[in-house]
Amino acid sequence: MMQTSKTQTTYFFAGAWTFLALVLGVLGFHQANAQEESAKASRRVTLPPQTEKIDKAIEASWQDAGIRPSAVEEDLKWCRRVFLDVIGRIPSFDEMSVFMKDKSPDRKLNLLRRLLDEDQYTEEYANHWSTIWANILIGRNGGMEERSLTNRQGMQKYLRDSFANNKPYNTMVHELVTATGSTKPGAENFNGATNFLAMKVNEENAVQATAAVSKIFLGLQVQCTQCHNHPFNQWKQQKFWEFNAFFRQTRALRRFVRGTDDIDHIELINEDFAGEGSHPEKAEIYYTLRNGIAKVAYPVFVDGTAIGKSGYVSEVNRRSELGNLMMESDFLDKTIVNRMWAHFLGYGFTKPIDDLGPHNPVVNIDLFESLAKDFRENSYDLKQLIVWITLSKPYQLSSKMTKDNESDDPSMGELPKFSHFYTRQMTAEQLYASLAIATQANRKGNLEEQQRRREEWMRQFVVAFGTDEGDETTTFNGSIPQGLMMFNGDLIRAAISLEPGTWLNQLSTGKGTPQEKVQFLFIAGLGRKPRPEELTVAAQILAARKGEVGGMLQDMWWAILNSNEFIFNH
Amino acid sequence: MWNRFTTPNGMSRRHFMSHMAGASAMWGTSLSLGHSLRVHADTLKKNRKSCILLWMGGGPSTMDIWDLKPGTDNGGPFKAISTSGDVQISEHMPMMAQQMHHMAIVRSMSTREADHNRGRYYMHTGYVPDANVDYPSYGAVVAHELISQRPDLEIPPFVAVGGASEGPGFLGMSWAPFNVTSNGRVRNLEMSVDSDRLNQRRIALETIENSFISQNRGGVLEDHRKVLGKTFDLLTSKQMEAFQVDKEPTDVKERYGTNGFGQGCLLARRLVEAGVAFVEVDLGGWDNHQNIFRTLENDRLPVLDKAMAALTADLQERGLLEDTCIVWMGEFSRTPRINGDAGRDHWARAWSVVVGGGGIKGGQAIGATNDDGTEVVGEPYTSEDVMASVCHALGISLETTFTSRNGRPMKIANSGKLIKGLFA
Repeated sequence: MMQTSKTQTTYFFAGAWTFLALVLGVLGFHQANAQEESAKASRRVTLPPQTEKIDKAIEASWQDAGIRPSAVEEDLKWCRRVFLDVIGRIPSFDEMSVFMKDKSPDRKLNLLRRLLDEDQYTEEYANHWSTIWANILIGRNGGMEERSLTNRQGMQKYLRDSFANNKPYNTMVHELVTATGSTKPGAENFNGATNFLAMKVNEENAVQATAAVSKIFLGLQVQCTQCHNHPFNQWKQQKFWEFNAFFRQTRALRRFVRGTDDIDHIELINEDFAGEGSHPEKAEIYYTLRNGIAKVAYPVFVDGTAIGKSGYVSEVNRRSELGNLMMESDFLDKTIVNRMWAHFLGYGFTKPIDDLGPHNPVVNIDLFESLAKDFRENSYDLKQLIVWITLSKPYQLSSKMTKDNESDDPSMGELPKFSHFYTRQMTAEQLYASLAIATQANRKGNLEEQQRRREEWMRQFVVAFGTDEGDETTTFNGSIPQGLMMFNGDLIRAAISLEPGTWLNQLSTGKGTPQEKVQFLFIAGLGRKPRPEELTVAAQILAARKGEVGGMLQDMWWAILNSNEFIFNH
Repeated sequence: MWNRFTTPNGMSRRHFMSHMAGASAMWGTSLSLGHSLRVHADTLKKNRKSCILLWMGGGPSTMDIWDLKPGTDNGGPFKAISTSGDVQISEHMPMMAQQMHHMAIVRSMSTREADHNRGRYYMHTGYVPDANVDYPSYGAVVAHELISQRPDLEIPPFVAVGGASEGPGFLGMSWAPFNVTSNGRVRNLEMSVDSDRLNQRRIALETIENSFISQNRGGVLEDHRKVLGKTFDLLTSKQMEAFQVDKEPTDVKERYGTNGFGQGCLLARRLVEAGVAFVEVDLGGWDNHQNIFRTLENDRLPVLDKAMAALTADLQERGLLEDTCIVWMGEFSRTPRINGDAGRDHWARAWSVVVGGGGIKGGQAIGATNDDGTEVVGEPYTSEDVMASVCHALGISLETTFTSRNGRPMKIANSGKLIKGLFA
């Protein structure tokens, strides 16, 4: 179903490249850039009305706060950001050149259209977003443990297909919440969407499904109210169990390898629910208050809408009803807009982004609600939302702070004002894909093999918390284990390898002076030319290596890949 | 200019290395400081305090371990046994029973967070999760306050063994836990180049880093540089041997238990000996919503009992217990009422933590719960109070105040109070 992308086979260097021509091209595009800036001023950039709305609202909030925004970032840096955030990796040398050669005032929009609409990027786009969503839906470790019944490949396949086809977001949510079928690709009734709930419905009366669906899709944190009325949250225990009641017809059945006791996969089904009092026509559930008193609950949605009480699937399909009710909820719209805003701008309208409860403060609330409405009115088209945000003023700003906006620092507890781009570390997945594009390492095999290899690599960073809920965190967080991996890990060794056939070997043995080659490294890795002091260090290293260019390039490339400038999105 | 350097005689090796040395000082490494500080090292070592947190992920049922209610509806099947201290504990903790004269049980913990993530954060930081301030965890706070006692430490002052712990919050990533597995294996430690070349790479990296940091793009970049500096230190440090828990004699390894937690506790002892300020060792699997008694009796308690007892005895024998505080706790405990699946659910209102070492008066229980274990009798204690008491045991002043960059002052341990009776 998915196109085989060109990027699979396109090399970092266009075909039989000649080094000098490329370097000259690079020098050229800086000049072109300057000319363009003046030309562009006289021509108008096309902006969607939603982008203009964002700019207006955010600019007004700067004024209210008495701060001034940072300067607009250079186009090439914006280009790096967009590649990282939209398809999950930095741009290649060729891609930077294509962008810079575009003389239109709409070259940013043109780049977005390429990334979002052209076949050559479909696969990378789908891969990037399916990875993000797999982590949201089943966790970084979901389906990776030995005994896990979640099929990560199945989950990814469903998500990849959804993003490759730009499935409307509401449709995707409906499918995930109501899915039935088998978790494993190739099994009868395969439906990869079932992997979201497969491990969340059998234990503890589907408490995990209740918490995950409300948090991920509606921005409502209900897990605390499972046991008691939460003091800081208007959600009450009653609401938790009423929401929980929607999942009680759902069962995850084990399907075995024929003739053995080995579990092959899970089949997620809806079956008649007798209720805890054995009245299937009015299938109730019970929960216990802290004082020991038992209370009864039937399916009621968060807005108070009740559905039929019957436990017979033929009369009331509870998950289906839930899916339909969720489609009507404006929490659905707000949650995804908040998630996408935070993805691109670094912080959401709320913190954390999946808590929209009334106790949690919201910044730019009018803009937030208006964007949510626009998103619904534009058919839940994620690609449009991406364009609105990435063309907006706050996404274009430099990460360099000024005296006028230094106080806008959400990491220090301030509410975000989006007056400069918030520098942030690449995710482990972005780093992996960026190293692959910058070095052509780890690109052997088909897509699934590449994905498996990446997931294996990712596992080294996952640490579990030892709870039944499978909570986990990552050590790819800027601490020492990450530093050690970047210094010595297999991925870096491959990236700086001088073996015949590697790109560094091509660079080192190809035409050009050492200085030109170092320039090339900086442009490829950081999207800029080296500074004089950086060239001096390279020259010193070359001297220390007695003129061995390959070794010097290795050391410089190692330093570039390890630098903050490479590993941060800025 | 370039061509001059490409010729082999453009710059002598010695000249180059002297450039390296000068630049390397900017990294703030301890290389040049090492000697003068080492003079004081022996004196400092004597008063060097450390803490080991035994973290029970999932929320252990303290009513079945440290505060038994045999014979009551909620009590469950376990019996209480006498110990070397003036307290009784579970029959399935026979080895710890021999060590209880070193430990104090605080039986009157009462907290409000019964969700795993919130509870874990609260018990690790003394604060409930707050959207606007990222609070530092125990390990980061203790390491930050006690680092001056260990100037020759080249390995991270805060190590998390077999689990994640919690982050360094506003103290910055250079105080983050160093996560290792319980066998002490540290990934990606082998550098494939010699130290000269490593140094050259370091200079190149530093040059790129520094110019970017100077552009005022946010504090995370400075943190990145600090972490890189620590990573370089660690690569070349002999102290990394402390992680090689495999080098311990077989009988010692067996005494702690040949499982993840046992070896993790043994590793904790080695790390404390090497000068690490805070070690957290994780034992998960306490989220026993079903079949709790079978799981505890056959699985969790034997592992815990053996390792914790061996660690306590070992620290005592080596004269380290006086300066090393041991803390045992999870994010909360479990319902006194036994549920329909023979399990217990989350319960934070009345439960126990265990502390010892570092001058804490052992062999006693502080506070109590009522007969059915649902409420605390007398004064309740919180995460803040445990943290304040541990800080006191480690000689950290409770007047210590942190200031976040936006100027908000925050007292250590969130102004918790000392738990009465813990100190003689």
